[in-house]
Amino acid sequence: MSTAQISLSHICKVFSLGEVEVRALDDLSLEIGRGEFVAIMGSSGSGKSTMMNILGCLDTPTSGSYRFDGISVETLNRKQLADLRNTKIGFVFQGFNLLPRTTALENVELPLLYDRHRAVADPQARSIEALQRVGLGDRLDHEPNQLSGGQQQRVAIARALVTDPPIILADEPTGNLDSRTTLEVMALFQELNSEGLTLVVVTHEVEVAKYAKRLIELRDGMLLRDEINAQPRNAQADLVTLSGEMSDALA
Amino acid sequence: MRWHKLILVALKSIARNKMRSLLTMLGIIIGVASVITMVALGEGSQADIEGEVASLGTNLLMVRPGSVDSGGVSGGAGSRPSLTMDDVARLEKYATQLRWVSAEVRATGQVIAGSNNWSTTITGVAPSYLSIRNYEMERGSFFTARDSKTRAKVAVLGKTVADELFPDQDPVGARLRIRNVPFKVIGVMAEKGQSSMGNDQDDIIFAPDNTVLYRLSNGKTIHDISASAISSDAMESAKEELTTLLRSEHRLATAAEDDFIIRDQTEIVEIATRVTGTLTLLLSSIAGVSLLVGGIGIMNIMLVSVTERTREIGLRLAVGARPLDVLAQFLIEAAILSLLGGLIGIFSGLSAAWGVGKLLGVSAVVNPTVVLTTVLFTGAVGVFFGFYPARKAANLNPIDALRYE
Repeated sequence: MSTAQISLSHICKVFSLGEVEVRALDDLSLEIGRGEFVAIMGSSGSGKSTMMNILGCLDTPTSGSYRFDGISVETLNRKQLADLRNTKIGFVFQGFNLLPRTTALENVELPLLYDRHRAVADPQARSIEALQRVGLGDRLDHEPNQLSGGQQQRVAIARALVTDPPIILADEPTGNLDSRTTLEVMALFQELNSEGLTLVVVTHEVEVAKYAKRLIELRDGMLLRDEINAQPRNAQADLVTLSGEMSDALA
Repeated sequence: MRWHKLILVALKSIARNKMRSLLTMLGIIIGVASVITMVALGEGSQADIEGEVASLGTNLLMVRPGSVDSGGVSGGAGSRPSLTMDDVARLEKYATQLRWVSAEVRATGQVIAGSNNWSTTITGVAPSYLSIRNYEMERGSFFTARDSKTRAKVAVLGKTVADELFPDQDPVGARLRIRNVPFKVIGVMAEKGQSSMGNDQDDIIFAPDNTVLYRLSNGKTIHDISASAISSDAMESAKEELTTLLRSEHRLATAAEDDFIIRDQTEIVEIATRVTGTLTLLLSSIAGVSLLVGGIGIMNIMLVSVTERTREIGLRLAVGARPLDVLAQFLIEAAILSLLGGLIGIFSGLSAAWGVGKLLGVSAVVNPTVVLTTVLFTGAVGVFFGFYPARKAANLNPIDALRYE
């Protein structure tokens, strides 16, 4: 129990839309351990986004308890939640959410701007390091509009990595990408996961989920499926195959 | 949050929308520039007036004859020829609060020197008049008490008269005729320039009081008495003393009104400063209103900016910005916008004050207190009008903000 990174027990989230009450999450209990690679699936309205917001400490549950690294999240105030997000969680969004007209390096530095405890001595060096890790060491001064979709998402991943968090939450990270860049991002995720990082990816694409080690499916705010993917696909290998097919087609 | 980073972020965001930032600042720029210009010119003209009044004389008191009051019809100030040389003699003899006293007898007439002639005022005064009125000699000497006693036909010329009558020669020692009375020029006054009313203070000839009184005027009444109180604190007691002495000299009954009027420079200063003060206040408040309008302009743009950058705010909140950080970011941006506008306004205001002052012949006085106050005030305007948009930004829900389209 205590080794779990994330522990949800009997989480309910109720939205009241006027007269109607919507139970986005209904008595959900779940644990995610360190170093896991979890794909959360479900159709729209299944509660996966709500769950993601709660996991990311962007939202608080109506009832139930959420422990992150042993900390009871529901006891934290807005400031403490902000600090927790800053130091412990990396976010990757579907729309990349990079600041326009701002260089890749400055975008990656953003979370360190709020590094209140000065945990990072040299923010710029750390940001360069993070960009190099996602293979964009030569694109430091590029602005988002000078980068491809895949590159933009890698900048966003570098931004999530820069505070060296134990976990990365990705909300539809490949939703705006073509199949090739999707594979590139998944390969990067698999690589990061192999280095010990916990990854939680929300996706509605079955193809994407196949690269995760564990699959969770939600329906109507309840757990429909929770199973280990015994043989996750290797994104790097698929990428090589895809390149091969492409060159065959061209030849 | 690292403060210098915060300021850098604000500067970057201002620089990103240069045109918009400039237009936003325009209200503040105009407001501040007008405040600075108005205050600089107002204080400048006040200083000018004070300087001019001081140059009229030290602790100057002027006595003029009162008005004729016959059958209820007042003749206006100066219409009763009440002052005589006896008044002056009495004041000189008994006054303790006066340092100097001088009669002023005026006569106008054509002055001829060689082939040149000029019409001007000849003023008969005592030798102490120089000290009373802060006049200075340029060349030669002023006449003496002895000249006054003997009604000596000596004259001291103002600069304008000297230039008109003796364009090519040194007037000192030269001869001239005033209304056919021959005079000898013994000195030339230093230039005094125009008075605030616009008349030429150098278009004048001075001669001993008795000389003018008996040789050019009616031999009885004098026009004014100029006196100098012993100190600026003694102005009131000097006035009282003047009144008492003149009333007894004129043998006025207790109930009778004064047949003379005493004026002093503080009244002139008061009126002048009141007028310029009111004007400055009025114009500054108009400028203040435009500063307020400028502030509202900043609020407007900041609100637009917050809406435009909702996703950015959401992102910042998601990656760990506390609401206070977001508040600070937008407040600093508003304050910088406003301060920058203020600085530009100060510079344009100063140059405008300098230019307008040059144009109107008024000096512009830059008061550092006013400049500092303006800077602080514009900063405050920025913070005040930036607060509402900034709070709106800080209170955004990160989830909604991130999804904002």
